[in-house]
Amino acid sequence: MTTITSRAPAATRAAPKYGSMKNERLWALRWSYFFLTLFVIFFLTPPVYMLITSLKGSREISSLENPWWVFNPTLENYRELIFSPQFQTFFINSSLVAVIVVTTTMLISVPAAFALSRMKFWGSATLATGVFLTYLIPETLLFIPLFKMMAVFNDLTGIQVLNKWWVNLILYPTLTVPFCTWIMIGYFASIPKELDEAAIIDGATWMQTLTKIFIPVALPGLIAATIFAFTVSWAQFLYPLAFTTSTDQLVLPVGIITTLIKGDVFNWGQIMTGALLGAAPPLILYAFLMDYYIAGLTAGATKG
Amino acid sequence: MVDTAISSAGIERGRATQSRLKAWRGRKSTIAFFMTLPLIVLIAGLVLYPALYAIHLATLNKRMTEFVGLKNFTFLFTRETFWMVVKQSCIFALTAVAFKALLGFIIAHLVHNVPVNKQRRWRGMLLIPWVIPAAMSTLAWLWLFDPSHSAFNWLLEKVGVSPVPWIGDAYWARFCVILVNVWIGSPFFMIMYLAALKSVPEQLYEAAKIDGATWWQTMRYVTLPMMRNIIAITALFSTIVTFANFDIVRVLTRGDPLDKTHVFATWAFRVGIEGGDIPLGASVSLFMVPILTIGAILILRDINRRGNES
Amino acid sequence: MAEVSLRKVSKVYDGGVEAVRGIDLDIKDHEFVVLVGPSGCGKTTTLRMIAGLEDITAGEILIGPDVVNDVPPKDRDIAMVFQNYALYPHMTVHENMSFGLRLKKFPKAEINARVDEAARILDISELLDRKPKQLSGGQRQRVAMGRAIVRNPKVFLFDEPLSNLDAKLRVQMRIEIKKVHQKVRTTTVYVTHDQVEAMTLADRVVVMNHGVIEQVGTPQELYHSPRTRFVAGFIGSPAMNFIPCRLEGSGDGLVLKAGEGLALPLPPARVKQYASHASNGRLLLGLRPEHLTDARPHMEPGIVPFEAKVDVTEPMGMETFVYFALNGTQVCGRVNPAVGAKDGAPLRMAADLNNMHLIDEATGRVL
Repeated sequence: MTTITSRAPAATRAAPKYGSMKNERLWALRWSYFFLTLFVIFFLTPPVYMLITSLKGSREISSLENPWWVFNPTLENYRELIFSPQFQTFFINSSLVAVIVVTTTMLISVPAAFALSRMKFWGSATLATGVFLTYLIPETLLFIPLFKMMAVFNDLTGIQVLNKWWVNLILYPTLTVPFCTWIMIGYFASIPKELDEAAIIDGATWMQTLTKIFIPVALPGLIAATIFAFTVSWAQFLYPLAFTTSTDQLVLPVGIITTLIKGDVFNWGQIMTGALLGAAPPLILYAFLMDYYIAGLTAGATKG
Repeated sequence: MVDTAISSAGIERGRATQSRLKAWRGRKSTIAFFMTLPLIVLIAGLVLYPALYAIHLATLNKRMTEFVGLKNFTFLFTRETFWMVVKQSCIFALTAVAFKALLGFIIAHLVHNVPVNKQRRWRGMLLIPWVIPAAMSTLAWLWLFDPSHSAFNWLLEKVGVSPVPWIGDAYWARFCVILVNVWIGSPFFMIMYLAALKSVPEQLYEAAKIDGATWWQTMRYVTLPMMRNIIAITALFSTIVTFANFDIVRVLTRGDPLDKTHVFATWAFRVGIEGGDIPLGASVSLFMVPILTIGAILILRDINRRGNES
Repeated sequence: MAEVSLRKVSKVYDGGVEAVRGIDLDIKDHEFVVLVGPSGCGKTTTLRMIAGLEDITAGEILIGPDVVNDVPPKDRDIAMVFQNYALYPHMTVHENMSFGLRLKKFPKAEINARVDEAARILDISELLDRKPKQLSGGQRQRVAMGRAIVRNPKVFLFDEPLSNLDAKLRVQMRIEIKKVHQKVRTTTVYVTHDQVEAMTLADRVVVMNHGVIEQVGTPQELYHSPRTRFVAGFIGSPAMNFIPCRLEGSGDGLVLKAGEGLALPLPPARVKQYASHASNGRLLLGLRPEHLTDARPHMEPGIVPFEAKVDVTEPMGMETFVYFALNGTQVCGRVNPAVGAKDGAPLRMAADLNNMHLIDEATGRVL
């Protein structure tokens, strides 16, 4: 009889402890959501503000009303910009450059990554590390000598390189190829070695092994690398700023900044619209392919 | 079991076929070589060569007609702007990276606490600053900091605080540059740290809990050591990239007011391209090299150490 | 179908590691040969040299009448089944099996015919449209074999194909492989570290150790007439017992002494065989567990009883293993469960010396 009575209080003592742990976790979750929301507000304020401003006419912008709200929304800025031939030129230049650079980059990176990760040859390890280190030589170091090199090339061959939009086609790959090669090496390296050997015994040449086996199996890596190359090409600012000056040769980022800021007069409505349209392609790509995007980032760094 | 007469002839034949074997293997190396050739040409011609060429350029006079040795460098040493640029570049890089790492670390933990199926959308929203081209988002910040129409100032006035000059004042301008840098860069840190957090085995946390560790002790003895490599590598990477950053300063302040926000990249641009003095611009850029080299060495050492550990 | 010959084949890696040291082997057409040995013995390296995946440092390998040292794998007309199956994850089973034929530009009708035939033999016809990740381990292994069969090669090469399967599946797949070999009588070279697989599958077994061949023979030959201590101890499970001993003359015969007053008279046939080695001070008595049994009232000549104290028993149902010490070594015997052997209790055992082996400890050779 004594055992039964002594058991009951122990049972009631246990219950509240269990309850409070669940409670604790719930509060931790609530605080997490709270702070996350604060951070999201911090991170999303500029783009949202871009959108808000882009929907305002110039009169509303210069007025001192609440800048965080659109009182008289208008698509005037969008209409002006989208139908402006100058803006269209920027967009086309950027698109052409991005697509061509992405293609060139993949054509260079993928075979190189395959050779470096699979076909062990003399110096392949040093070359792979060298590729990685190249990524650490910033464009801000190279843009001046490259500028002079392009000018010299200009004089020597008569082919105009400076101030032509296609100079970017030569320059951008230096930024995209090293990292894309690095990403692909990581993905190729994770393919089991026996797959190559099975392919060799099945009679495949190196090229066939690459195209029929490695590329399909490493497709997520390829997508991630392509996205990376596109995003970098689209957002490039320094090289086109230094190397192209005539309005019809500019790419989008440079175009918006140089043409819409005329002297001291800033047409903010148009500037924000232009900035938003300039940010749109990477954002859209991101919205659809977010997982590949993130995979590319983490693959590059954690496998490096 | 084997006929010795056949075997000695066989070994002779073996040696002759060795050379044919070498030829076949040569083919593999040749194929590999051609596959990597475009990469090598690209890097050699458009990265390594210009880097070396920069050194050569730095030793020329403004019109690039004669060799002046280290005159450009000594000239820079005498300019006050140069020393400001050095100071500013270093302060920006170190401060920005420290805050990016801290912010990224905190946010990664917050996202990690959220149930897994919801993490994806939070991650999606938080990465957006990284996705938007830096030049474009910096324009948005420029507009937010505008001296007469700053939306931030409007909010401050509403709560009774006097307006901030933002990029009009030297110290505030530096703050703004660092702020934009942190805004753009912390999502990257968050993603990296989140991936690292996910790779820490859950059992370690459970063991720590059984051992009775507090939140801080768990952080110190389980989380941080497991993440040490990622933290180091990301920080080093980011320091190099932030140090050499161009877009943000250029769009936000162009180096003003009074050159107080110039960094190596933007000042080199001002001097070299806008000022037309290419050798001087090259000299400015070259001053980044020592710091970049130290960073590269540290990264390499870290990678090797990680490779040995695994 | 073809014979495979290895003539003084060696493999030395950069850094001087000798994986294979001048081995000779002749494999007959249609034969199923198993290379068996512990890790690092060189069996996998040998297989890979036959496949062409490793270069040959010295010697020759012939497939059929041709020396294939410098012939690339795809021209050697061989097919290989890997330990980890190595199936192409992005292709269906049908595409996996037909990949080699497609590369060689075989006509579609022929490809389909071969794939269907191989699928029928392996009983995987319903799986042809699935991808590898939808298959179980056993199914994947069968697809890997199908890929090899479809090529109709001169030689099948198997690289430890069953190591990744659980024990029960391994037994099943062993039978499958044997059945396939009965139907498709291709010359086969099979590598494993599991001597049970070697014994059950092989026409002949090649035991390798430290890069050399210790012995080649049929499973029965290796079991009953091992030529070296290594082979004697490697083949058979539980392993053969090795007990240090001495030989002493006793009248016309010989007595085997193994410490602690244990004296076992040798059967006459053995006396003749071992007489010359009586002076050797370092001898080992090799006796398989099934030849160390419980003593019975009427035993044949040559089966000598002795007393033992059991340390540990392992009742296996059909028989009981008893472990006891003889002259300082732990020894395993197999006794009838009905005898009632108990841990720590004495037991009257018998050694069947008609099936003994005497080993020179210094050279490792069976005398």
